[in-house]
Amino acid sequence: METKFHAITNGEAIDRNDIPHLPFTEFRDEALALVAEGGKVVQLFGTAAVDGALPDGALPDGLLPTIAVMRLEDQLWVAATDLPETYASLTQEAEVFHLFERELAEQFGVTPEDHPWLRMVRYHPNYADRPDVFGNDYAVDIPGNYSYYAVAGEEIHEVAVGPVHAGVIEPGHFRFNCIGERVLNLEISLGFQHRGIEPMLPGATAGRRQLLVGTIAGDTSAAHSLCHAHAIEALALADLSVSTPDQMVRTAALELERLANHTGDLGALSGDVAFLPPANYCGRMRGDLLNMTLWFCGNRFSRGLVVPGGVGMDLEPVDSETVLGRLTELKPQLEHVIDLIFTTSTVRARFDGCGRVSHEDAQHLGLVGPAARASGMDYDARRVFPTEHYTQIDVPKCQPFTGDVYARARVRADEIIASVALLQDLLPKIKSTKSTAVQDHALAPSSLVVTLNEAWRGEVSHCVLTDAQGKIERYKIKDPSFHNWNGLAMSLRDTGISDFPLNNKSFNLSYCGHDL
Amino acid sequence: MKAYLYLAIAMILAPLFPGFILKTKAFFGGRKGPPLLIKYYTLIKLLKKGSVYSQSTTLLFKLGPVVSLATAIMALLFLPMAGQPAILSFHGDIILVLYLLGLGRFFTITAAMDTASPFEGMGAAREAYFPILCEAALFMVLILLYLLNGKLSLTAHFAGTTPMALWETAGAPLLFAIFALFIVMLTEGSRVPVDDPATHLELTMIHEVMILDHSGPDLALIELGSFFKLLFYAALIAPLACPVSLAHPAATAGVFLGVLALIYVVIGVIESVMARLRMDRVPMFILTSFALAFFAAIISLEFVV
Repeated sequence: METKFHAITNGEAIDRNDIPHLPFTEFRDEALALVAEGGKVVQLFGTAAVDGALPDGALPDGLLPTIAVMRLEDQLWVAATDLPETYASLTQEAEVFHLFERELAEQFGVTPEDHPWLRMVRYHPNYADRPDVFGNDYAVDIPGNYSYYAVAGEEIHEVAVGPVHAGVIEPGHFRFNCIGERVLNLEISLGFQHRGIEPMLPGATAGRRQLLVGTIAGDTSAAHSLCHAHAIEALALADLSVSTPDQMVRTAALELERLANHTGDLGALSGDVAFLPPANYCGRMRGDLLNMTLWFCGNRFSRGLVVPGGVGMDLEPVDSETVLGRLTELKPQLEHVIDLIFTTSTVRARFDGCGRVSHEDAQHLGLVGPAARASGMDYDARRVFPTEHYTQIDVPKCQPFTGDVYARARVRADEIIASVALLQDLLPKIKSTKSTAVQDHALAPSSLVVTLNEAWRGEVSHCVLTDAQGKIERYKIKDPSFHNWNGLAMSLRDTGISDFPLNNKSFNLSYCGHDL
Repeated sequence: MKAYLYLAIAMILAPLFPGFILKTKAFFGGRKGPPLLIKYYTLIKLLKKGSVYSQSTTLLFKLGPVVSLATAIMALLFLPMAGQPAILSFHGDIILVLYLLGLGRFFTITAAMDTASPFEGMGAAREAYFPILCEAALFMVLILLYLLNGKLSLTAHFAGTTPMALWETAGAPLLFAIFALFIVMLTEGSRVPVDDPATHLELTMIHEVMILDHSGPDLALIELGSFFKLLFYAALIAPLACPVSLAHPAATAGVFLGVLALIYVVIGVIESVMARLRMDRVPMFILTSFALAFFAAIISLEFVV
């Protein structure tokens, strides 16, 4: 592949001067050429400072420095450009840029021309102190206040769900255009959870940063902490190489997180079709799995487990033996429940063919994680961009699937089985670990690092840019949910509205991970 | 006199039976489950509360719970229990009873539409559609019973020794009728596989979504009405499923209550071993009851010559 983008590796710090700086038209052509080859967007973000202290004229000539990180097969590519205040949108050529361009417009007030659906992402004033692209008055606190996609007609009715829901879940607004029970279009409007984590990170101390990255998405704490740790380890001037036992524990933490969430999801899927026994069993087993993480680090959600340079606690061999013992005890129960769900004909009748996302649509939208694998895309960051102990592990490829709720459930079930096997192999090898303190490290000046890890929902990526003094200038976070929310909207096309909760659960996306 | 006593006992016990369903489901799920008397506690709790009314609703909204409870009680007046003739009975009372329940449903639906919530409109559309199919099945069962003994009142079919006589003349078609009535009961009672009474997901609900805006005593009336309705159908099935009539009326009543409890346990078992149907498959499920009753009627032509 001939490209003007620069090849980089996962978790490797590079000098900012090595990033090719392309004129916008060339940047656009090269990026689109990568997508045409099957490339996907990992990150696309403005690199101007976002911590709210941006003075007027901070964007010289009104140009926004922007960096794109793409992946094509097993290679990462990076390039930079300067975006003018209005530019020809890339989304009109390739859908994978869709939300990234909306995010750019919202964060820095640059307008992608001919963007098919230019709406805000999270509802906040832009960081560049420019006129708002969406014409919002942010003094009024009403996210989701925009003209939704509308379908007209005598028999069309609109159903608005949320942002406050009946269950104890996060807020999000769903707007359905229906004809009878059939959904023609679903539009998802988020942003109610926006906390402004990205602007908080650059000025924060190491200790505060450690806490913040753990809360980007509370159920993906291990993966986000791991991405953060990799970034700091790569940038730090001191040697922060991680010992093998520490790497193993970090790998185990990521897998335990995957196991707990997938198990919970299978139970929730079963509960949504009113098949309660597996819902009860899975709820209990999710607790057992979370308690294994608790045993390791004192927190059920891996808070403080992964720290830059190692792990946050001392472990004895007996600790991993204990967890292994519990896992071995749980394994037959997990297998039994999976069997119960997938052999119950009434459950299969609900899962099969429901909310299908075709392979082609999934490619266009750039889905990641189990949702993408269910639609037949076998990308798994653990295999393609391995970190930690994954370099030694053969992560199985998933089989081709049909893209419906059944496929999304089956992928999870298969990953549960694979993760258990992986952990049974890994845990006996873990001997003792020494805790590493979280401390401020001097970082390499004028550098960029991109880190990727496969969280249970899919690819998590953090990008860190440092300035000439070695201070963090821009910290960009991408949660897999950012890619996948449109997959959920797509799955509802021409599906019964009563199947929405089931499809929603089959994706189980993060609101706060998206809203940041 | 006895009929009044039975009615009083039935009305008092109506909130107890759904407790059996919950206990059964809890057993299958490996849980302890709520106490058997949970529905009483819920009713008391709701009656103690105040009601909240949306400003967009009118008198219709307040009528919904009252009418649905009143019609359910009226239906019980025509219901023969434990082999005893009903309090009220006349030729053709079955048709009145069916439309009394229909009237209750009509007011529940109008109350739901009155809130102008898109959720409730959706639930109302479903609630208006599925019971029509049930009605077809019920009328088919009615035709079957009319063919068998030429009478058109509930007491004539479900009291005394008639159920036993029906078994003797036409056991096979009656089996079909019991299945048909069971399906109708699951539909009208908003149970799995048609509806899911345990869900919190508005988009998938049928009955529950229509009463989202009702609160406090209004909600208690609706709940009580639905307990009575479920009891009504269970009490129709009980004498057909177990047509024993013992020498002592108290013994008969005891057996009757036992069979009722068993029917509720069976509902609980069904809810535990199967998932809900997809919304567009529900009509097929309900129409199965119609088909069963229809074939039963055809077969029974063989028995009445």
